[in-house]
Amino acid sequence: MNSLIQYTLRIADSSLILGQRMSQWCSNGPTLEEDIAMSNIALDLFGQANGFYEYAAQLDGSRSADELAFKRNEREFFNHQLSEQENGNFGTTTVRNFLHDAFNFLFYTELASSKDETLAALSAKSLKEVKYHLRHSSNWLIRLGDGTQESNMKVQESLNFLWQYTGELFEMDEIDNEMLDEGAGVDNNKLRKGWDEIINSTIEKAKLTRPVDGYMANGSKKGIHTEHLGFLLAEMQFLPRAYPDAKW
Amino acid sequence: MKEEHFQKQIDTEQKIEPKDWMPEQYRKHLIRQISQHAHSEVIGMQPEGNWITRAPSLRAKMILLAKVQDEAGHGLYLYSACETLGISREKLVQQLHDEKAKYSSIFNYPTLTWADMGAIGWLVDGAAIINQVSLQRTSYGPYSRAMIKICKEESFHQRQGYEIMAEMAKGTPEQKTMAQDALNRFWWPSIMMFGPQDSESPRTGNAMKWKIKRQTNDELRQSFIDKTVGQAEIIGLKIPDPDLKWNEERKHYDFGEMDWEEFWNVVNGNGPCNKQRLAHHKKAHDEGEWVRNAAQEYAKKQESATN
Amino acid sequence: MAKNATVWEVFIQSKNGLAHKHAGNVHAADKIMALENARELYTRRNEGSCIWVVKSSEIVSSETEDSEAFFDPSNDKMYRHPTFYTMPEGSKHI
Repeated sequence: MNSLIQYTLRIADSSLILGQRMSQWCSNGPTLEEDIAMSNIALDLFGQANGFYEYAAQLDGSRSADELAFKRNEREFFNHQLSEQENGNFGTTTVRNFLHDAFNFLFYTELASSKDETLAALSAKSLKEVKYHLRHSSNWLIRLGDGTQESNMKVQESLNFLWQYTGELFEMDEIDNEMLDEGAGVDNNKLRKGWDEIINSTIEKAKLTRPVDGYMANGSKKGIHTEHLGFLLAEMQFLPRAYPDAKW
Repeated sequence: MKEEHFQKQIDTEQKIEPKDWMPEQYRKHLIRQISQHAHSEVIGMQPEGNWITRAPSLRAKMILLAKVQDEAGHGLYLYSACETLGISREKLVQQLHDEKAKYSSIFNYPTLTWADMGAIGWLVDGAAIINQVSLQRTSYGPYSRAMIKICKEESFHQRQGYEIMAEMAKGTPEQKTMAQDALNRFWWPSIMMFGPQDSESPRTGNAMKWKIKRQTNDELRQSFIDKTVGQAEIIGLKIPDPDLKWNEERKHYDFGEMDWEEFWNVVNGNGPCNKQRLAHHKKAHDEGEWVRNAAQEYAKKQESATN
Repeated sequence: MAKNATVWEVFIQSKNGLAHKHAGNVHAADKIMALENARELYTRRNEGSCIWVVKSSEIVSSETEDSEAFFDPSNDKMYRHPTFYTMPEGSKHI
C-alpha cells in the first residue's frame, strides 16, 4: 500500500478509536456538564477521523471513508494502542486522553506545515480542537491529582498502567521515514522533548509522580493491538457487516 | 390580594419571575413538571445512547451523538429553570433516585434495532416538540425561556429520525421490516406520551388556569396524530391502528383506543426498562462521586491559597 | 456526602460589539471548570465570542416588593424622553 495512504489511515484510526471510546461515556459521565464535554470531544475526534478517512479514500480510489472505518479487521487497524485502552474510571480516561492529547497537539502542530496540502489543512483544523482537548484533560488531571487522597491514588494508578503505551507514540518506521524525507510527515522523535515538558509540568502541578520508563508496548503500526480492539470493532462494525447490502 | 394580583399577571400574559410572589401550589406544580421534564431529557439519553457505539456510518454516529448530547444540554436548561424555584439539582436527582419524581414513560421501552433510532427521533421527538412548542408560552419566565432555547435546538432531532426511517423504508426488505416493526412498537407509546385523556387528568384544571399548560393533553395528541399520518404515508409505512381514519366533520383523524392499563403499568414502574434506566443513572452518579468530591476539594484548596 | 455544587450564572456575547446576555447557569467546582462547562453547554452552535461566568451567590438582585419604589417614580419623568418636547413645524434632523 502506498505510504501516504497508510500514514493517513494511522491518523484517522487513532482519532476514530479514541472517539469511539469517548462516545461510550455518553450518559455515564460524573456530572451532566462533563457528559456533554466528553461528547464534544468524541464529536471532534469523529470529525477528524472522517476528514482523514475521506482523504485516504480519495487516494485509495476503491473504498469509501465508511468502508475504511467499518469494513477493515483488527489487523488492518493502525491506531495507537493507547487510544484503544478501555475507559476504566473517569481518572483512567483523563490520563489516557491527556497522554494522547499532549502528543497530538505536538504532532498536528508539526503536520500543519506538511508539504502535503491536504494533510496540512486537516492538521490545522484538528489542532484547534486538540488544543482544547489538552487543556481540558490537563485541568482534570490537576484537579484529580491534587484533589482528595483517593483521587490522587486513582489517577496515579492509571498513569502507572498506561505509561507502557506511550513509547509507541514516538516510534518511526519505514513509512514515517519515507514521509519525513518527502517533507510530508513528522519526525516523531523530535516531539519527545516537547511532550516531556508538557507531561512533566502538568504531572508536577497535579502532585503526581512520573512513572519510570519500563516495558513499552508496540506494534500498532503493523496492526498489532491489545485484546480490547477486537471487541471495540465488533460492536462498532456490527451493522454494516451484518447487512452488507444495506445503505443507512 | 396577592393571589388576585398573581392571577391578574397570568391573565394579562405577564410572565411570572422567580422573585415574584406565587401560590405554593403553583411552585409545587412547576417543580414537579419541570423536573419531570428535565429527568426525561436525561433518562432519554439512554435508549439512544444504546446505539451510539453501533451507528452504521460515520455520519450517523456524529448525528446521533450530537442529538443525545443536546438532550443532556436540555436536561441542564431545565434543571437550571427548576433551580430558580428554590430547589437544588442534587435534591431533584435524589427525588429521581428515590422514585419520588417521574420521567416520561416512553424511555422505559427498549431500543432493539437501529430503526428504533428513526422511530424515536420521528415519533418521540415529534411528540415532544408539539408539547414543547406549546410550552414556550408557559407562564413561568425561566421555564418559558428554557423551552424557547430547546425548541430552537430540537428542530433537527425529528428530521434526523424521519430521515433514518425514510432511508430504511426504501432500503432492503430487511430494513423495511425493521422500520415497520419500530413504528409498530413505538406508535402507541408515543401517542400516550401526551398523558391521560383530559377526562382522566386531575391536574389539568389549575395548570390551565395558571397557564403552566397552554393546551390540554387531548388537543396536543390530536395535533400530533394529524401531522404524523401523512408523514408515514409518504415513506410507505403503515400506522398500526385499524381505527385510524380522517373525519371530515371534525377535520381531524379519528383513532383507536389506547391501552391505558399498559400506560399506568409503565408509569408505575413496571415497564420493560424502568429498573434498568434508573439503575444506570444511579450507577453513573455513584461512580462519579469521587470525581465530584475531588473537584470540590481541589477548588477549596485553590480558594484558600488565593485568600 | 458531597455538598451541593457551586452554581454559576453564564453570560454570552454572541459577537463583538454586542452586550453579554444572560444564558442560564452551570454547575462547576471552580472557575476554569465553570468557563469550560459554559462553553460546552451554551456555545455548541457557534453562539459565542466571549463568555462571562459569575457565582450565582454573588449576584445582587432588587426585590419584587421594592419594584414600585424602584421603578414607578421614573414613570412620571416624561421629560427624559424626546417625545416630550414640542418642535417648531418643519424643523428637521433634531
